[in-house]
Amino acid sequence: MTFQEITDIVTSQFPEYDMTAETRNPQPALLLPARGIAAVCRFLHEDERLYFDYLACITAIDNGATADTMELIYNLTSIPYGLDLTLKTVFPRNTSGAALPSVPTVSHIWRTADWHEREAYDLMGITFEGHPDLRRILLPEDWEGHPLRKDYDAQERYHGIHVRYEDGKALEPSNDPDRV
Amino acid sequence: MSERIKTGDGGIILTNADDLMNWARLSSLWPMGFGLACCAIEMMATYAANYDLERFGIMPRPSPRQSDVMIVAGTVTFKMADRIRRLYEQMPEPRYVISMGSCSNCGGPYWEHGYHVVKGVDRIIPVDVYVPGCPPRPEALIGGFMKLQEKIRGKQETVPGLFLEMEAAGEKAVLS
Repeated sequence: MTFQEITDIVTSQFPEYDMTAETRNPQPALLLPARGIAAVCRFLHEDERLYFDYLACITAIDNGATADTMELIYNLTSIPYGLDLTLKTVFPRNTSGAALPSVPTVSHIWRTADWHEREAYDLMGITFEGHPDLRRILLPEDWEGHPLRKDYDAQERYHGIHVRYEDGKALEPSNDPDRV
Repeated sequence: MSERIKTGDGGIILTNADDLMNWARLSSLWPMGFGLACCAIEMMATYAANYDLERFGIMPRPSPRQSDVMIVAGTVTFKMADRIRRLYEQMPEPRYVISMGSCSNCGGPYWEHGYHVVKGVDRIIPVDVYVPGCPPRPEALIGGFMKLQEKIRGKQETVPGLFLEMEAAGEKAVLS
């Protein structure tokens, strides 16, 4: 089955979403609005002609201040049919202080999305509606901010340790008579 | 060398307590068995058969309570920093720290854009010997240990400060 055929099946199933096929690149992608992610993924997973049973990756991108958008890319694979599909969704980025952008979760469809979405939340600050356990996955619980965003400012200190190279000072080498 | 027969009669070695203590300490430096990143692979290679750290009396211990030296082998992240500080505090004195590789020396390749990396482990615990390299070869780590041994060899034992304080307090109590 070609990308075009998959696109036709999905677009005819969801006429209410404005979907476009992006075919300029060697890996074509289906663009869809963020609110439709969960419903389309559920369909792709369950439809007998497609059966996308494997979510290989979720990628999050911050497109920067000029575009002021963020992106999520879902790489799906149908193991029984040997199909691959890339889903993309672009949504506005929040300004600093405003609520983080929110996208429906797909963790109830593929368990693997659980940790991928936690990673996207941790490093990019995208929240996933309906996620069962949206905590940070890599950084410590008490970290401030989402460091892979373009507008990220590193905190001054973490637990009393200077974060920037220039700010900190090394401890004196040990010359405690009791110690050495 | 002439052949000697061991009789078990024993002889006498004259030395002073300083040299004996220092010799004992530097001949059995037990590092804490832990590694943080790619430097730990080089460290493990140094422990293993080819470089065989055990010929220096250096063998890794599974507990900070039994360790004399901590080899910080790898990138120290902020998440790990609290754990390293705690492990260091659990080691009995006298304790030594070898910082192995660029990351733990100064942040290494993460010095500018590494939001997650402590720019040198000497910001959280005092370091005795820095081993440069990315990662350092096993020879370099052995060199670091020999530097540390030199440092211990030249050490003059002093009376513990706490003991002196107690003694002074005792004298005061007698005088008054």
